[in-house]
Amino acid sequence: MLTSRHIMTMDDLSPEEIALILDTAESFSEVNQRRIKKLPTLRGRTVVNLFFEPSTRTRTSFEIAAKRLSADGINFSASASATAKGETLRDTAKTLAAMSCDLVVVRHKYAGAPQMLAEAMDCSIVNGGDGVHEHPTQALLDLYTMRQALGRLEGLRVGIVGDVCHSRVAGSLVPALRKVGAVPIIVGPPTLMPARPDILGAEVAYDLDEVLPTLDVAYLLRVQFERAARMPFPSNREYATLYGMNLARLEKLPAHAIVMHPGPMNRGVEISADVADSARSVILGQVESGVAVRMAVMYLLLGGADSGAAA
Amino acid sequence: MGFSEKAEVMDAEAIDRALTRIAHEILEANKGCGDVALAGIMTRGVDMASRLAERIERIEGTAVPVGSLDISFYRDDVSIRLSPEVHTTDIPYPVEGRTIVLVDDVLYTGRTIRAAMDAIMDYGRPAAIQLAVLVDRGHRELPIRADFVGKNVPTARRERVKVLLEELDGREAVVILEDDGKGE
Amino acid sequence: MALLLKGGRVVDEAAGIDAVLDIVVKDGLIVGVGEDLTIERGETVECAEKVILPGLADIHVHLRDPGQEYKETIASGTRAAAHGGFTAVACMANTDPVCDSGSNVRFVVERAAATGVVRVYPIGAVTAGQAGEQLAEIGDMIAEGAVAFSDDGRGIQSAGMVRVAMDYIKRFGAPYVAHCEDASLAAGGVVNEGVVSTRMGLPGQPAEAEETMVARDIALAALTGCRLHLAHLSTAGSIDLVRAAKARGVDVTCEVTPHHLFLDEDALTTYDTNLKMNPPLRTPEDREALVAGLLDGTIDAIATDHAPHAPHEKELEFELAPPGTTGLETALSLVNTHLVAAGVLGWPAVSLLMCHGPRAALGLPEMRLEAGYPADITIVDPEARVEVTPEWFVSKSRNSAFVGASLLGKASDVLVGGVWALRKGKVVG
Repeated sequence: MLTSRHIMTMDDLSPEEIALILDTAESFSEVNQRRIKKLPTLRGRTVVNLFFEPSTRTRTSFEIAAKRLSADGINFSASASATAKGETLRDTAKTLAAMSCDLVVVRHKYAGAPQMLAEAMDCSIVNGGDGVHEHPTQALLDLYTMRQALGRLEGLRVGIVGDVCHSRVAGSLVPALRKVGAVPIIVGPPTLMPARPDILGAEVAYDLDEVLPTLDVAYLLRVQFERAARMPFPSNREYATLYGMNLARLEKLPAHAIVMHPGPMNRGVEISADVADSARSVILGQVESGVAVRMAVMYLLLGGADSGAAA
Repeated sequence: MGFSEKAEVMDAEAIDRALTRIAHEILEANKGCGDVALAGIMTRGVDMASRLAERIERIEGTAVPVGSLDISFYRDDVSIRLSPEVHTTDIPYPVEGRTIVLVDDVLYTGRTIRAAMDAIMDYGRPAAIQLAVLVDRGHRELPIRADFVGKNVPTARRERVKVLLEELDGREAVVILEDDGKGE
Repeated sequence: MALLLKGGRVVDEAAGIDAVLDIVVKDGLIVGVGEDLTIERGETVECAEKVILPGLADIHVHLRDPGQEYKETIASGTRAAAHGGFTAVACMANTDPVCDSGSNVRFVVERAAATGVVRVYPIGAVTAGQAGEQLAEIGDMIAEGAVAFSDDGRGIQSAGMVRVAMDYIKRFGAPYVAHCEDASLAAGGVVNEGVVSTRMGLPGQPAEAEETMVARDIALAALTGCRLHLAHLSTAGSIDLVRAAKARGVDVTCEVTPHHLFLDEDALTTYDTNLKMNPPLRTPEDREALVAGLLDGTIDAIATDHAPHAPHEKELEFELAPPGTTGLETALSLVNTHLVAAGVLGWPAVSLLMCHGPRAALGLPEMRLEAGYPADITIVDPEARVEVTPEWFVSKSRNSAFVGASLLGKASDVLVGGVWALRKGKVVG
């Protein structure tokens, strides 16, 4: 059981709860290897994927997770244009609440949307990414992938490289790593750093090459050109030269270290194609872990929801 | 809940005899163990399954494959309670066409067995499923019966039956616990 | 008919009064202030335990009329003003259409005369449509009663445009009211850049987005000789710039809002859009610098930036919701609770910061508690308890950052030109 009804930010989870989610995900991983990848666990429960922002991988991952648990998954793709039509997020929330669903996964262009939904609805909310704020299930699947690949989380040095200030992935991964006793190091040009990196509790570095030999994980972030007000570096070429992960940089990593990326990748910008496809890359493993971790999240949020009714 | 021990209904020797008898019965019923595989239900059923496998191998000279089954995800009461700890199911043999003997410590309402049958079916289509339990305490809520029973123990619903195993509990016994009235 | 205000503590720093006195009002004017005054016929109002101030003026409000009457109207906004203890407001030009012509100013003046309960002074736009490109008809607007000029809401980005505006406005003696926000630095930020923007994943705007424009406009005021009034300053750096400019003799005044004085970014623990402001709530250190600026005279006025919005507008995602809080009705209670009752400053200072300072900044008629002045008077019950609930507001809108607050002190009565606008806590008319 989790203490919070919702997973909106990493603040909702204690280190023990993170461990419980990862352990539970391991059991679901086994299910995902079977020929019949389906469990009756959440039969009769309704999971709504409320996506205000286009997303293929996250939505699909949640959708598969819901289906494998036999929940009824409903995709509600509301373009933010609902707002333009005069329907507020609160209206949308109330509309969904009237349809009595059990869990809403929300992806939204703006920070705080999950909190607004939670205020207007009486069901569990999972943040599927809100603006540049947080994306907790991504952080959980990243932890899972790291634990699978490296056998532990405590003490791992994880370099989070690139567009940190526009990254909800970093927004959740940094606190998640701190909670499990790993060491986040954010690396990138100052133009892509958050205003106050000090309050995140991450080490800050500007020179990737200096940091690489100390890392267990090199986590490349997607450069989000669409979110930047103005180009934060002179050219893709210069960015790739200074911060792109390529074979030469791969050599500088310790032999055991792995390369991760939340996708979708800008090949040739933050990561070269040969690194992305190399044996050191666990990028596809991340995608695979995503389903198991999201199954675990749904199971732990919805299972036992009526506890107290009977024992 | 506050439970205190009311009676010991099987001791180490009785458990040992019962398991040996069940091993013989499994072999007899299936005319050997060619197509038989065991699946212990988490957690005590897993230990019992490996003990049965040892005995079968001793008697027959051939090893039967043993798997472990966690039925948390198949329970019909997920919405009421979560399993405190989820274990990973490990069925290291193809289920298709085999006779699967489910092994559990106590047979009670039958709901666990229903869930275990569903779980096994998700791995393939077995030729048959049989059930071996150390104790049948009655009070079935589903039309399920055991093929192999160590001991029938009549109980009241408010009582609990606990199988203690050396490797888990440091003691070998089957005991009846009774609500001591002290509440939770 | 005469009116006798009996035995209140009469406080007026400009008139040099702070004593328990009686005030006699006749024909809309104050005719006597002194001890043991009597009237032959008329009403006597017992004012023991009350504080009597010269009529408070809020020189920064958005009345939304014309064009956004669902948020506020001149009728409802002036009633909210009376409820909050104000006898006069100056309203900003960002209505629909923008108040950028003589006829639009006249509309406000006429509508206020017909429907308002306190005095309304229109502020005209500096540039046509507040587009920042071409001067609006300043002279025409002056002729119709505009008291100042401002593109409040966005700020003029081009220094060259501001220079032309100041040069032109100077000849009319009116102030240029600056909304200081460099858009290229603010870059769409919705909270202060720093701890909160990092923690909440919201775009931030740095203090420097305000301060660079404060510095620029001070320099241009010095260059042109135009009077400059800086609206809603929110940062320690801005206050330092004004302090230095005043020391150099630049003709500059400035205001701060109650929300920047009494709230800071630490209040943003949820995505409550009633706490979305522009300029955003700043740091606790900035807040302390604003209070210091009140105490040392750097800050001339407390003005509310009263910004009413409808629920369906505020119930949006934080980044989409319009900025602003209503302010008219809570300002005086907040000032009493956090400054006067807290012992930070006294009622004489309040008379400066909420009456004389703001009036002087915009060149509004002076109001004093002396014989011969119009009877624009605010009577305060400093012991009244105010529980701020959405239902408590007189304004059409309830988007207050202070909903839920428990405050001390409230205007009980307001006279505008000798006519009750607020009597025993209730708006008259």
